[in-house]
Amino acid sequence: MNKESYEAVIGLEVHAQLLTKTKAYSSDIAEYGGDPNTHVSVVTLGHPGTLPVFNKRTAELAITMGLATHCKIREHNLFARKNYFYADLPKGYQITQDQTPICTEGYVEIGESRKEKRIGITRIHMEEDAGKSIHELDPYFTLIDLNRAGTPLIEIVSEPDLRSGEEAYEYLTEIRKLVRYLAICDGNMEEGSLRCDANISVRKKGASEFGVKVEVKNMNSIRNVKRAIDHEIERQIAAIENGETISQETRSFDAAAGTTFSMRSKEAAHDYRYFPEPDLPPLRIHAAMVEEIRSGMPALPKELQKRYEQELGLSTYDAALLTAEKSVVTYFEALIQHTTRYKAAANWILGPVREWLNAGARDMDDFPVAPAQLAALLALIDEGKLSFSAAAQQLLPVWVEEPDTAPDALAQKLNLIQETDEAFIEQLVDEALKAFPDKVAEYRNGKKGLIGLFMGEVMKRSKGKADPKVATALLQKKLEA
Amino acid sequence: MSFRYESLPVLQEQLRKQELSCREVVEHYVRQCHDHRHLNAMLEVFEEDALIQADRLDEKLRNDLPLGKLYGMVIAVKDVIVMKGKEATASSAILQGFESLFNATCIDRLLAEDAIIIGRTNCDEFAMGSSNETSIHGPVLNAADETKVPGGSSGGSAVAVQADLCMASLGTDTGGSIRQPASLTGTVGFKPTYGRISRYGLIAYASSFDQCGTFTRNAVDAAMLTEVMAGQDPHDATSSSQPVPDYAALLEPPAKLRIAWYPQTIDNGKLDPEVKQQFHDLLEKLKAAGHTVESVDFTYLDYLVPTYYVLTTAEASSNLSRFSGIHYGHRTEVTADVDEVISRSRSEGFGEEVKRRIMLGTFVLSSGYYDAYYTHAQKVRRIIRNETLDVLSRFDIIITPTTPTTAFAIGEKTTDPIEMYLADIYTVQAPIAGIPAISVPLHTHSNGLPYGMQLMAAPFREDLLLAVTDHLMQHFR
Repeated sequence: MNKESYEAVIGLEVHAQLLTKTKAYSSDIAEYGGDPNTHVSVVTLGHPGTLPVFNKRTAELAITMGLATHCKIREHNLFARKNYFYADLPKGYQITQDQTPICTEGYVEIGESRKEKRIGITRIHMEEDAGKSIHELDPYFTLIDLNRAGTPLIEIVSEPDLRSGEEAYEYLTEIRKLVRYLAICDGNMEEGSLRCDANISVRKKGASEFGVKVEVKNMNSIRNVKRAIDHEIERQIAAIENGETISQETRSFDAAAGTTFSMRSKEAAHDYRYFPEPDLPPLRIHAAMVEEIRSGMPALPKELQKRYEQELGLSTYDAALLTAEKSVVTYFEALIQHTTRYKAAANWILGPVREWLNAGARDMDDFPVAPAQLAALLALIDEGKLSFSAAAQQLLPVWVEEPDTAPDALAQKLNLIQETDEAFIEQLVDEALKAFPDKVAEYRNGKKGLIGLFMGEVMKRSKGKADPKVATALLQKKLEA
Repeated sequence: MSFRYESLPVLQEQLRKQELSCREVVEHYVRQCHDHRHLNAMLEVFEEDALIQADRLDEKLRNDLPLGKLYGMVIAVKDVIVMKGKEATASSAILQGFESLFNATCIDRLLAEDAIIIGRTNCDEFAMGSSNETSIHGPVLNAADETKVPGGSSGGSAVAVQADLCMASLGTDTGGSIRQPASLTGTVGFKPTYGRISRYGLIAYASSFDQCGTFTRNAVDAAMLTEVMAGQDPHDATSSSQPVPDYAALLEPPAKLRIAWYPQTIDNGKLDPEVKQQFHDLLEKLKAAGHTVESVDFTYLDYLVPTYYVLTTAEASSNLSRFSGIHYGHRTEVTADVDEVISRSRSEGFGEEVKRRIMLGTFVLSSGYYDAYYTHAQKVRRIIRNETLDVLSRFDIIITPTTPTTAFAIGEKTTDPIEMYLADIYTVQAPIAGIPAISVPLHTHSNGLPYGMQLMAAPFREDLLLAVTDHLMQHFR
């Protein structure tokens, strides 16, 4: 037997911390960081007599994610209590949704546009986060920070439609793209604002029954999710091949070793004793509210990506990169209002502009040049007034310091305008050919690579300002003559 | 000073005429509390705070400044309603020494209308009990017979009014915790509609049943207090947005009442024969006065107490999870891992009755039993509510005795919790259905002990209950 005869079945549970101003059930601010236990009122602390009050923004963001993933939105929602004891869970229960998740039966698409695969979304429900237990700061005590306690989350549960670590990687990338794009969550897996657990089983190809599933936790990057799944698939296949049975359990990923280890067995699993939260009335989501949210949503990255490929003629790769972030899309959309040089526009955003952003760890919103101005620069380059490299290497660094200057004026000032006058360039070409008669002979004998030498000579004589297109054409004409 | 309290309107008239000062009134009650310490009704007397508030009000009176609706009213508060800077123990060892950081909404509203809070009252631990015997602070004595219980769980609040330690007191009612002790102490015990008064600041027992209410000497005081405390609260999502009427101005009942009663609850071996006789006599008198009185079948009588205990213990098992010893309250001295610390702190901090209800509630919510108990009880609750509302669509009032007997002896029922639970038969229907109910002190038994009759009305008909109570107390006592 080899592993090719097996198939993996994977479902992901993704928790996304919502970008609301206040917590899910109190008016305490919901913000990452802050001095420990400073974003806590008596409600967050679970003091006797306190009651939750639902933050409507939580539902709005959950619905936004539901619409982005083609879910049905539930009209009649109940909240439920999930009961368990833990030091960083002050009430002794988490307010969540059990039988009536706000969004159900949706999907996201992964893969290239020509061979897309739909991954089903079983449900999205709203819940609150717990605080943090900090074990490493004090040798004797566990310290508790409740700033995070009560911050709103959505849990996005996929169908077991994923078949490999690679697909899980693509799915999670798509989910993160969506939550960032729609300002639902900042998508930071390292800080834990986006968290993922994986349910993994393997079975013989063609089998109709699922194998025994194992839950894997503690994967703090998308790459680690893929690594953990790949490892877990191999581990389970090897175990079955060795005649062992897979036991239903929860395992943890060890990023350093790239392996998983057992945390607890199914028998040790909690009985959470879910029941309807009596402190919160049912939440009714009216169709009008859903429509209002829908109409306020931007075009989604997948739709834009298709449009960029099909209507603007961009490559799949470029279209995917352009749509990865909302701020980039916003800029690009503005840019193409001012130019039809779509390919050049994409190249600029994904090339020189992105390099400038990366160099300063900046966001697209930090790019100071107005889209109309950048479009004007694209036109200058296209007309041959300025070379791409001069624009990227010499003009741009100056331009970001004085973004209000028009690109042609700046190019003039920096002395970067190319000479396109054919008579002038022809004179330089003639001078270059005269200076190297032996090389001209060699060229004519077939050493075509020497054109670079003549080109360099022309450039030198023009102090770099000759339009290379014009110069090349003239050189070729004279040498071939 | 010889001072005898009658009602708030009378007192406020006396204060206005400066026949009395608020300071004199507060000093009187502080003395009363001191002289009756052996009743164990008051856990703490806020002498200093009450005198400061009294002086502030006297100053306002002297200067003819505007006064709140409850000015001069001296009120005691059950120790499950939290007050800023005051200890809040719920009569449990697990909260000994815990001070609240905030006021319950009802307390804020009382203070805003110039009431004077005189102290905290004893009660059953976490409001679980019908005799005030589960309190960590010890039992409260019934002032009518000090060998008897005052009822519970709001036993201290009931006795505080009964023994004239205050003018009125606040209690909470989950299954009868206001009405039953009111009956056993001869006071007016009023539980408004679920959601009428904010629960913010009530230490929760069973969230979908709990309601704050009052002990008073008469209907008008209950009306004035309820009007001030009632109304929507942004801190309590289950509080009602129904407008709050001026109950005290509506104390005139309809000339012809339609009154329903349940024969099954009366032809019942558990009911004291004398209470039964008085109940029938009262029905006859009401008929004679021209009211319609009809017997109505109530199919689900046997399901009331089980439904109540399944649902309230389920909610309680979750509500009391926050008392873990980790964040506040009692923590075990034993050093151990987190699970062990929580488990020991709770084992040490909770009393027997509370543990019994947490265990019951945990059981009925556990997987494999959930549908048989919790889901089933939820359905039965809906049926009981519908049937009750159906009766109340045809009648103004449902009348029952409040309690099957007068006050029992301290220690008499503590060994038999089932017997104790069954005594709740008359009082659990109202909180199961979410409707308002009141115990009216109409009778004194030949054994010398008081007992009350209970009235129930449709949701948000507090006005009707208070008007009928006022009428009965004036004409049928």
